[in-house]
Amino acid sequence: MDQDRRDFLLNAGKLIVLTGAASLAWDSVLAGTPETAPNYRATDHWWGMIIDIDECIGCGNCVRACKAENHVPTDEPGCYRTWVERYQVPVDDLDRPRVDSPNGGYDGFPVIDQPGEGIKSFFVPKLCNHCVHSPCVQVCPVGATFDGPDGVVLIDKSRCVGCRYCVQACPYGCRFIDPRTKTADKCTLCYHRITKGLTTACCEACPTGARQLVDLKNPKDPVHEFLRTHKVHVLKPHMATGAKVYYNALDGAVR
Amino acid sequence: MIGKPAGESRFGHARHVVRVAVLFASGFVTFLLVRQALVPADFGAYGFYRGGALGDAASLPITFAGQAACVDCHDAVVQARHGSKHERVRCEACHGALAQHASGDVAAKPKTLNPRTLCLTCHVKSSGKPEGFPQIVPADHAEEGPCTACHQPHAPRIG
Repeated sequence: MDQDRRDFLLNAGKLIVLTGAASLAWDSVLAGTPETAPNYRATDHWWGMIIDIDECIGCGNCVRACKAENHVPTDEPGCYRTWVERYQVPVDDLDRPRVDSPNGGYDGFPVIDQPGEGIKSFFVPKLCNHCVHSPCVQVCPVGATFDGPDGVVLIDKSRCVGCRYCVQACPYGCRFIDPRTKTADKCTLCYHRITKGLTTACCEACPTGARQLVDLKNPKDPVHEFLRTHKVHVLKPHMATGAKVYYNALDGAVR
Repeated sequence: MIGKPAGESRFGHARHVVRVAVLFASGFVTFLLVRQALVPADFGAYGFYRGGALGDAASLPITFAGQAACVDCHDAVVQARHGSKHERVRCEACHGALAQHASGDVAAKPKTLNPRTLCLTCHVKSSGKPEGFPQIVPADHAEEGPCTACHQPHAPRIG
């Protein structure tokens, strides 16, 4: 009888393991291979961005390039995949900066020749931080927002139901509802470009090199040297989102 | 103790159990069929999302050609820019998105640039720009006229 029980347990164990393996295999058969660009293996990359505030001149080229590349509406308010903010910080009241971002910086910024005594001023370009632990991904109820194997947070517009949970969840205000499709939209880090070996449209258009696309998994990427030699920071580190947009010379007044 | 009614077998109530089992099974099968129809086949291939969404995002057309495409053909401009202050500025930063032009469509010419407003997009003096960046107050520097009267845009330093 003992032998029989052992046999039964062994067979049952085999059955369970094999069924699990078979279902996994079947899943990959059903999934097929995604039509990514040839020679692009998502698992070989880990994308992020470096923004050097000391280099940004607030020209708005990135905002215009982003809208042109990704066909973001220009006539609707609040539709920005990237935008630029201008900070005017009174040095005797660091907690209360004046921030303006007229049309997201799309048309540039109104000239301020005389900033006034005791004001420090700088530009902060913003975009999706492509967080490792994205709040937006965590709240999406239908699996429309996800972080890919290469660290890029994307939206599957064919599954998005437009519930706006992610818009509320993003601590950086990077998401909006596309008025044409009524689905969530945001920066894709120009996924259609970086998978073809190109840089993002905003980096392509930035005249000063203030924005740089970086691949943290590429040992030859200058990002490693940059991170070693500069004092960088991410936005809202206390949110523990694992943001991958690293800012050089980021002022504490920036929210 | 309640006695068994006369004439009924010991398993007389089995059909009730069978009915429930059949109902449950058909409900389960319906659920599986509906799920099969509604959930895309590649959902969950890499995580809680549709695997094909990666390919969808990657297969969109590009609008900016990229610096490498410009450099491929325009040798003279590469030479003119060499060593200049504008060497690091990528072509499409000023000339605009030109993927169509780079892909061989000769009709898609770069737009004519305004040699005054374009320069001032970057070089007008304004609060917030970094200290070392060359900025002018147009009224003091050159009230009107194109910047190209004195500066060559590909190598802007005079002399």
